[in-house]
Amino acid sequence: MEIKNQKTKWENKLKETEKKYLPRPIRFTTLSDMDVLDLGTPLDLESFDYLKDLGFPGEYPYTRGVQPNMYRGRLWTMRQFAGFAGAAETNKRFKLLLQAGQMGLSTAFDMPTLMGYDADHPKSKGEVGKCGVSISSLEDMERLFDGIPLGEVTTSMTINGPAIVMMAMYFAVAEKQGVPREKVRGTLQNDILKEYIAQKEWLFPIKEGVKLVIDTVEFCTKHYPNWNTISISGYHIREAGATAVQELAFTLADGLAYIEASLKRGLKVDEFAPRLSFFFDVHNDFFEEIAKFRAARRMWSRLMKDRYGAENEKSLMLRTHAQTAGVSLTAQQPHNNIVRVALQGLAAVLGGTQSLHTNSMDETLALPTDETAKIALRTQQIIAEESGVAHIADPLGGSYFIEWLTNKTETQALDYIKRIDEMGGMIKAIERGFPQSEIANSAYHYQRQLEKKEKVIVGVNKYQTEEPKQTINTLYIDRSVEERQTRGLAELRKKRSKKAHEEAMRIVKEAAQNGQNLCDPVLQAVKAYATLGEICDVLKSVYGEYRETGVF
Amino acid sequence: MEKIRVLVAKPGLDGHDRGAKVIARALRDAGFEVIYTGLHQTPEMIINAAIQEDVHVVGMSILSGAHNVLVPEIINGVKKAGLKDALFVVGGIIPDEDISDLKQKGVNMVFTPGASLKEVVDYIQTNAPRRG
Repeated sequence: MEIKNQKTKWENKLKETEKKYLPRPIRFTTLSDMDVLDLGTPLDLESFDYLKDLGFPGEYPYTRGVQPNMYRGRLWTMRQFAGFAGAAETNKRFKLLLQAGQMGLSTAFDMPTLMGYDADHPKSKGEVGKCGVSISSLEDMERLFDGIPLGEVTTSMTINGPAIVMMAMYFAVAEKQGVPREKVRGTLQNDILKEYIAQKEWLFPIKEGVKLVIDTVEFCTKHYPNWNTISISGYHIREAGATAVQELAFTLADGLAYIEASLKRGLKVDEFAPRLSFFFDVHNDFFEEIAKFRAARRMWSRLMKDRYGAENEKSLMLRTHAQTAGVSLTAQQPHNNIVRVALQGLAAVLGGTQSLHTNSMDETLALPTDETAKIALRTQQIIAEESGVAHIADPLGGSYFIEWLTNKTETQALDYIKRIDEMGGMIKAIERGFPQSEIANSAYHYQRQLEKKEKVIVGVNKYQTEEPKQTINTLYIDRSVEERQTRGLAELRKKRSKKAHEEAMRIVKEAAQNGQNLCDPVLQAVKAYATLGEICDVLKSVYGEYRETGVF
Repeated sequence: MEKIRVLVAKPGLDGHDRGAKVIARALRDAGFEVIYTGLHQTPEMIINAAIQEDVHVVGMSILSGAHNVLVPEIINGVKKAGLKDALFVVGGIIPDEDISDLKQKGVNMVFTPGASLKEVVDYIQTNAPRRG
C-alpha cells in the first residue's frame, strides 16, 4: 500500500517534469510493438512467486537457466555457421574457425542441397555453392570433414527437407573414421514445420515431412543417444517478420507437434525429449529478447510437465542455440553491424543461451569473408572473457521490468498456443495458413513503421550519410564451383558399383512404400554412394511434393 | 486508364519471401494489379506467367545469389515471347559488381536492402509502360 501511495506521488512529479521536459514524440514500444512500462516496481509483479516463477538456475521451471552454475562451468558454445562453394573450401574455413578458438561446427548448405537437388540438376543452375556448401554425395561429405575428428567436435547441420539424407552421410563419415555411435555428437536442424511456416525449403507434403522427422527421432533414440534430433527453430520465423511473441509461440507449438507425433510412434516422452533442442533469433530490442529466452524456458518446462508428464530433467529443460538477427543488418554503413551484433549477442547471453552464432557485418551483402567471420567470433569472445557477464547466472532476474516483460511475453505466447490448440494443433494451423498470415501481417506492419520512421534503423531511415557508399570486400562465389561439382558427380556415377547402388535404392523405395523407418535404408544407400538427389527423387515418387499457394 | 499489372516473381530455389510479399502488398495498396507467382519458380514458369497476365512490369526477388543466371534468362524469354516494352525490376541481395552487368542485360532497376516501399512504388509508377 505504501509503495502504491508513493508511486502515485511520484507519478504526479513525473507529470510536472514532463510539462517542462516533453517526452520525445515517439511511442515507447518494443521492436515488436509491445507497449512498455514507464517504470518497473513491485506493483507490476503482484502475484509474483519467486519459487514458483523463477526458482534457481538448473531447477524447474528453469527461468534462470538450465545449469546451476551456468557459464561458470562452461561458457556457451561459440558456433559460427559456415559453408560456401565446395566441400574443400568449407573444410578450410572450418579448420580456420577451430584454430581461432571456435568450439563447435555449424554447416550451411547451398539452396540445391537444402531442396534435395544434386548440383547437376537443371534447377540447381546458378545456385551451386552460393548460399552454403554444395553436398550431393557421401564423397562430398567426406571431403567436408576431412582431417576433422568427428568424435571430438560437435557439428550442427542446418538442413530440413532432406535432413535424413545429410544425417546419414554424416553418420557414414563418422563410421568410416571409426567413431563409436555414442560419441557422435551434434545437432540436425530437421525442423520441417517451420519450413512450411517461414523458411520455405520443403520437399514433401506435411504429413510425410513430419514422418521423416519422426523416423530420425526414433532411430537416434535407439542408436545415436548423443545426437540432438531436432533443433526446433524460431529463427526463420522471426526473420520472416514475426514478432518476438509469435516467434516464441509458433516455435513451442511446433515442438508440441513433434512431441505428439513421437508419442504416436510409440516412443516414451522421457526417452526422446532430452534430445530436442531449440534455436532462437536475437533481434535488436535488448530487453524483449532477454525476456523471450526466459519465458521460453519456463513455458516449455511447464508444458512438458503438465501436458506430457515428463519427469526427466533433460526433457523439461529448454536448451537453445541463438543467432543474431540477420534481418537487422544493414547494407548502409556496414561497419555499424558489428555494434548491432555485439548488443544482440549480449542479449542472448543474458538470456542464458547454450550456444551462439554472431553474424558477420557483411552478411546482408554476401557470405562472410575470413576476416569478418573472425571479427564476429571475437565479438562473442569479448562478451565471454572481458565483460564479466558470464560470471553470474541470470543477472537480470528480479528486475521488476524484466520479470514483468517475461510474464507479458509468456501470457501473449500462451494465448497463441491456445488458439493453435483450438485449431487442432500446429499441423492443422499451418494447413489453414494461420502462422503464415500472422507473420506476413507483422512483416508488413513493421515495414510501414519504418517508412513512417516510427521505428529507426541508423544509417537507413535516420542518420544517413551523403558520402559515397562505404564499400567492403565481400566473398564472391563464381560458377566454377558448379562446373567442378557437376564433373565430380558424373565421375561418381560412373565409378560407383552399379549393382550395390541399384539394390540400395530399391530398398529405400520399398521402405517408403511400406511406411517403414527410412533411416537405415537411407544410410545404406548413401554408403553405396547414392546421391542426395537420387534418394529424394525416389521419396518424391512415393510421397509426392508440397505445393504452396502464393498468397501475400 | 488501364491499371498497371505487376508480376512479383520468386525465381530459383530461394525461399526468402518476406520482401516479395511486403512489396506485393505495398504495390497492391498503391493501386497496381499484382500477380504473385509463389516460390521456387523456374524461368520458364515466370515467362509464362508474364505473358499470360500480359504484365507491364516483371519484378524479380532473389536473395540466393543466382541472379546472374536466372534474370537474363527470364528477360530474354519475356521479350522473345512478345512483351518487348515490359519494365524489369530486381530486388534482393545483389552485389554492386553485378548490378551494371544486370542492367546491360536488360534490367531497368535494381533495389537492394534498405530501399523503401515508396521508392519502389514511385519508380514503377513513373517508368511502367503505358499501353494503348
